[in-house]
Amino acid sequence: MSQKQNLYGVLAEFSSASAIYHACEKVRDKGFKHWDAHTPFPVHGLEKAMGLKPSIVPWIVLVMGLSGASGGMLLQWWINTQAYPLAISAKPFFSWQAFVPVTFELGVLLGSFGAVFGMLFINRLPMWYHSLFRSARFEKVTDDKFFISIESRDPKFDATATSKMLTELGATHVELVEQ
Amino acid sequence: MSSSHAKAVNPNDVTLPQTHWLRKIPVTAIVLGIVCLVAALALALGNKDKVEALQWSFHTSYIYFLSMALGSLFFVLVQFATRAGWSVVVRRFAENYAATLPVFAILFIPMLFGFHSLFHHWTSEEAKSDVAIQAKAAYLNEQFFTVRGIIYVVIWSVLGVYYYRNSTRQDTTADKQITFKLQKTSYVSIALFALSVSFCAFDWIMSLNPHWYSTMLGVYYFAGSIMVVYALMLLTTFAVRGGTKMGNYISTEHIHDLGKLLFGFNVFWTYIAFSQYFLIWYGNIPEETEFYAMRSLGEHGAHWLPWSIALMVGHFAVPFLFLMSRHIKRNPLLIGLGAAWMLVIHYVDIHWLIRPNWQSELNHFGIFDILTLVGIGGLFLGTATLLLTRKSLLPQKDPRLAESLAFENL
Repeated sequence: MSQKQNLYGVLAEFSSASAIYHACEKVRDKGFKHWDAHTPFPVHGLEKAMGLKPSIVPWIVLVMGLSGASGGMLLQWWINTQAYPLAISAKPFFSWQAFVPVTFELGVLLGSFGAVFGMLFINRLPMWYHSLFRSARFEKVTDDKFFISIESRDPKFDATATSKMLTELGATHVELVEQ
Repeated sequence: MSSSHAKAVNPNDVTLPQTHWLRKIPVTAIVLGIVCLVAALALALGNKDKVEALQWSFHTSYIYFLSMALGSLFFVLVQFATRAGWSVVVRRFAENYAATLPVFAILFIPMLFGFHSLFHHWTSEEAKSDVAIQAKAAYLNEQFFTVRGIIYVVIWSVLGVYYYRNSTRQDTTADKQITFKLQKTSYVSIALFALSVSFCAFDWIMSLNPHWYSTMLGVYYFAGSIMVVYALMLLTTFAVRGGTKMGNYISTEHIHDLGKLLFGFNVFWTYIAFSQYFLIWYGNIPEETEFYAMRSLGEHGAHWLPWSIALMVGHFAVPFLFLMSRHIKRNPLLIGLGAAWMLVIHYVDIHWLIRPNWQSELNHFGIFDILTLVGIGGLFLGTATLLLTRKSLLPQKDPRLAESLAFENL
């Protein structure tokens, strides 16, 4: 029991993109939830093989972008009609045309903040340490090897059975990784 | 990685089958086009007002379809200049459309006949006592106008035919040097294109109102042109995919990218349209504000205000929200609907640019507009489809074809 608590999961090494692609399809079909694939370069279609849902980042960007745009317009409305009205070129205090650039820029600014920080948040970054770095072989993930990690918190996880399964799926090396 | 990708092109798949419906289009469209233009001329001849109405309608339709051919030429030039890989499978469509530019060179001639009714502001007797017009007389005069027009249509025709000829020649020779040659030519061509399109917009659209000036109008016309080309190419893709095996080569990924560019350049159009309005609104100089005043204020403006609002809503707000979603861009029916809508609203844009300059009781969308739209549209689409049926549907020996076939959005 104590061993299971200290266990992060199992790490399987594959030698090619197509091997990990087909292995991912099998892991997905077996119903694992807490697992991930690690590759040295983007493998096209891997998100489908893993059964990943579309990211929610676009929705964060939409909400942030709309808040930025409406906030920008509101700010300028407040300044120019309430806080410090100035007559400029005999135009109305509330001249929406003049406010469009700032409205647009704030919409874009907050939208891109939403994209960058939303992505970091969903990826739980910045992260100081990750258990997979315990594995010496895992360094090859930035070079020429492909990895699948299945976490021990997955309900279907079993140290022996899951390792065996990954070997059968074509893993060239399988190891257990501690927390 | 997906197994759906074709690795190479089967030459039998990339010619239009003998029984395909598009093979009937060239003759039908060109005959229909000529019939409509002749019918419009027959309706108008003998009545001075109607001749003038025909000239304005012809000019509007001409500028509308010209923008598609010009946008296509720009698309082709940019693909070569940037050494684009993804676009090879759809590039031939744009090459076909760009190669119709000699047709527009011929259709330029009626503009010279209609010269005095279209551009009467700076050719009439009153213009001789107008200081602002006289100051521009070195540029705005009939002889120089004609010479410039001929230069534009010659540049476009030569470029359109040159790229079509060389690219189709590569289908048989498989000579990679052609790609490098076209790439080298494209840099100079883009400069020529930019200048000729800007000045054509100044001459053929801006000078309809000789007092008004906007240095952005050239970019405005260019922005509409490149936006509409993606709509046109999407619809062409769908027309060609049905009944052929082209669906194996032009995948959802390419549709998605054309949709992204349609969305992006529509936003670019909005950006340019607003920037032009914004500067004129801020500066508040009578010669400049006249353009927007006659489209929104007073009795004359009351007629055009709905058109102005239609552009804000239909050219920006609705397409912006509709085309934003990835799911819509990857759904052939929905993106097809969006593309068809953009073709319609682009006409509204061109009509809105040109027609408020014509002071007449007859100035409304009418029979001459329909006849000239079908007429010039028939000649344009008929010629492009004729080119489509005669050669391979995609540049089958292009060195970057494999890259295009394997293209995927992340």
